[in-house]
Amino acid sequence: MDFRLTRDQRDVRAGVRALLAGRYGREALRSDVERAAGAGVEPGAGAAPGAGVDRSLWRELGEAGFFSLRLPESEGGAGLGLPEAVLVFEEAGRVLLPGPLVATHLAAGVVPGAASGAAVVTAFDLDGPLVAHLGGADAVLGMPEVPAGVPVRSADPLTPLWRARGVLPAGYRDTGALLTAALQAGSALRTVELAVRYAGEREQFGQPIGGFQAVKHLCSGMLVRAEVARTAVYAAAVTGDSAEIAAAKMLADGAAVRGARDCLQVYGGMGFTWEADVHLHLKRAWVRAEQWRTAAGAEELLAEALLTEASASASASASASASASASASASAG
Amino acid sequence: MDLAYSEEERDFRARLREWLVKVLPELPPRPSPDDWPGRRAYDLGWQRRLYDAGYAGLHWPVDAGGRGATPTQHLIFLEETERAGAPYVGANFVGLLHAGPTIAAEGTPEQRARWLPPVLRGDEVWCQGFSEPGAGSDLASLRTRAVRDGDAYVVTGSKIWTSHAEVADWCELLVRTDPAAPKHRGITWLAMPMDAPGVTVRPLRTLVGSAEFAEVFLDEVRVPAANRVGAENDGWRVTMVTLSFERGTAFVGEVVACRRTLGELARAAKANGRWDDPVLRRRLGRLYGEFGALWRLTQWNVSEAQGAGGVPGTGGSVFKLAYSHARQELYEAAAEVLGAQSLSLEEEWTAQRLSSLSYTIAAGTSQIQHNIVAERILGLPKGR
Ligand SMILES: Cc1cc2nc3c(=O)[nH]c(=O)nc-3n(C[C@H](O)[C@H](O)[C@H](O)COP(=O)(O)OP(=O)(O)OC[C@H]3O[C@@H](n4cnc5c(N)ncnc54)[C@H](O)[C@@H]3O)c2cc1C
Repeated sequence: MDFRLTRDQRDVRAGVRALLAGRYGREALRSDVERAAGAGVEPGAGAAPGAGVDRSLWRELGEAGFFSLRLPESEGGAGLGLPEAVLVFEEAGRVLLPGPLVATHLAAGVVPGAASGAAVVTAFDLDGPLVAHLGGADAVLGMPEVPAGVPVRSADPLTPLWRARGVLPAGYRDTGALLTAALQAGSALRTVELAVRYAGEREQFGQPIGGFQAVKHLCSGMLVRAEVARTAVYAAAVTGDSAEIAAAKMLADGAAVRGARDCLQVYGGMGFTWEADVHLHLKRAWVRAEQWRTAAGAEELLAEALLTEASASASASASASASASASASASAG
Repeated sequence: MDLAYSEEERDFRARLREWLVKVLPELPPRPSPDDWPGRRAYDLGWQRRLYDAGYAGLHWPVDAGGRGATPTQHLIFLEETERAGAPYVGANFVGLLHAGPTIAAEGTPEQRARWLPPVLRGDEVWCQGFSEPGAGSDLASLRTRAVRDGDAYVVTGSKIWTSHAEVADWCELLVRTDPAAPKHRGITWLAMPMDAPGVTVRPLRTLVGSAEFAEVFLDEVRVPAANRVGAENDGWRVTMVTLSFERGTAFVGEVVACRRTLGELARAAKANGRWDDPVLRRRLGRLYGEFGALWRLTQWNVSEAQGAGGVPGTGGSVFKLAYSHARQELYEAAAEVLGAQSLSLEEEWTAQRLSSLSYTIAAGTSQIQHNIVAERILGLPKGR
């Protein structure tokens, strides 16, 4: 067993990080935010340009293999697996890359144009009648056509929402939850970095605020949650187990939402401004926490898995004591 | 990113399981926490069985008497012994999990030959004499003095919270050898025989009701200079090695135990109807997810240690913070499953609920771990 990243995996991660630094750095993020916010002031401007998906960015992501990553080479993909995909999505989460990344990735090989980034595909991955990115989408995962919708003002400036009716087809929920968890883990790790950098620069009482223990403990708590979540995401990507994916999503949601809130606290008054990126991380983390699998849903699923496992091991040990010869194989479960 | 075990590792696991199935039914129950001499004999006896079967000091270097196995094999060992309900390391904790590894890493060949085989064979018990009444979190402010006199150090002072001191043969002792030096600089790491004249042990009762730690008074105790591990006044560096072992790998088996407890909680809640309460059910579900992730974090840290030649890194502090908190939450949930029955000390979970309170204190408090994570991992400035 060697859980560490392989050389190839480290290369994949470094490659995506470099690509995103060039293509979606802070300036790109902020100009998208300003455009979207500008569009939002006009009532009813749901499908306004600022709220749409940047088609040229989408195509570039497609060319870089963002969506086709897991398709076999014979279908134009890179033939990689979920472990590589979560590394890529973690990086996307760090830079707050906008758009229905997960749904389009899941649609690669299913919806024409999704793999190459020519098509933008969204999904009914939220509970209730809301759906993200509907106005800018060419297709909805598992639906014959894009339904009509009414624009709704969204808490996250870069995740436009519509009220619409639709369903999430079976079979996508686990992978969707896992990749969303990877985005959350990336965001959580990024907000630790932001907090630590600010804490090292901002001075009060004649010293950097990062020298104060109250601030330190906020930062280390953020790191602990982010590291636990990241490990859970990596492991779930390797095993593909539903319960493990649910746990990863639950932990990553917590790490991203609480991490952004604690980061905002470390930033003080600056944290409450539109200028700082912290609110963008928080708002996106809120969106993702509602997508694919909520904490409540994850906890129920995990409770069920726990009970199943516990009952199985109870009956295994019961049958083991009933028959001495069976005990070796029963405990081998 | 690979969680699959190699064929060799699977073989190792299978052989170990077979052996455990054979030997465990022969063991008597472990004596109660009120009977430390009984526990000492029991724990050493179990260690001796491990030794005879070739399972002692698995991941210690071969020239330290170990088997030179990989940290992964050690992980499998801890997982399987815990899963099979094998005896807890108990009184051998300090010797096996931190004094031993420290001597293996920092000791001379003579020191390794003197102290390591008896630990592995189950002949000698160690304790840890670090904390003092005035030096807990601020360990480097310790005051126990050692003055060189010919070929010995003469030690005077006192230690506190020393686990298993009553039944220990040796103590990994931190002493101040240069009072004039800055506080981290004048410390030395000594191996002190507990039967030396001048050593007095006074047991302390814990809130659980048992006497598992003690105060140790040292009155002009002569410790041979040959028992010094590392250079004189270089003890702080040696201590950091000890603590990285203490925090890095010492809790691995316990994560497995917690997962088993969680399963028992689920069954008990199902049986007494508490499972129908969605708040409790979801709480247990969350814990199941958390302990699963902690097990993965363990595998991650072990893989990292394997890549770094076996020494655990600062990741141990991240793990300890998350684990000690989760363990306390686990037994809070257990009390909720039991309801008023949790007031009975006859419930195993009640004793565990009480002892879990020590987890955010012993081996460095959570506040101190947060400081370590913030300063050494995140690089935040040292506070005033
Ligand atoms: C069950 C158990 C077994 C133990 N076994 C051993 C053993 O075998 N050998 C041994 O040497 N020691 C042992 N210890 C001692 C243990 O290492 C200490 O208790 C621990 O390091 C804390 O020190 P203290 O008790 O002096 O608390 P203090 O250091 O007095 O701390 C009191 C409180 O103040 C907080 N605090 C202190 N300094 C700071 C700071 N800088 N920033 C923020 N908060 C701070 C602490 O977090 C804590 O909440 C054991 C303890 C327990 C509970």
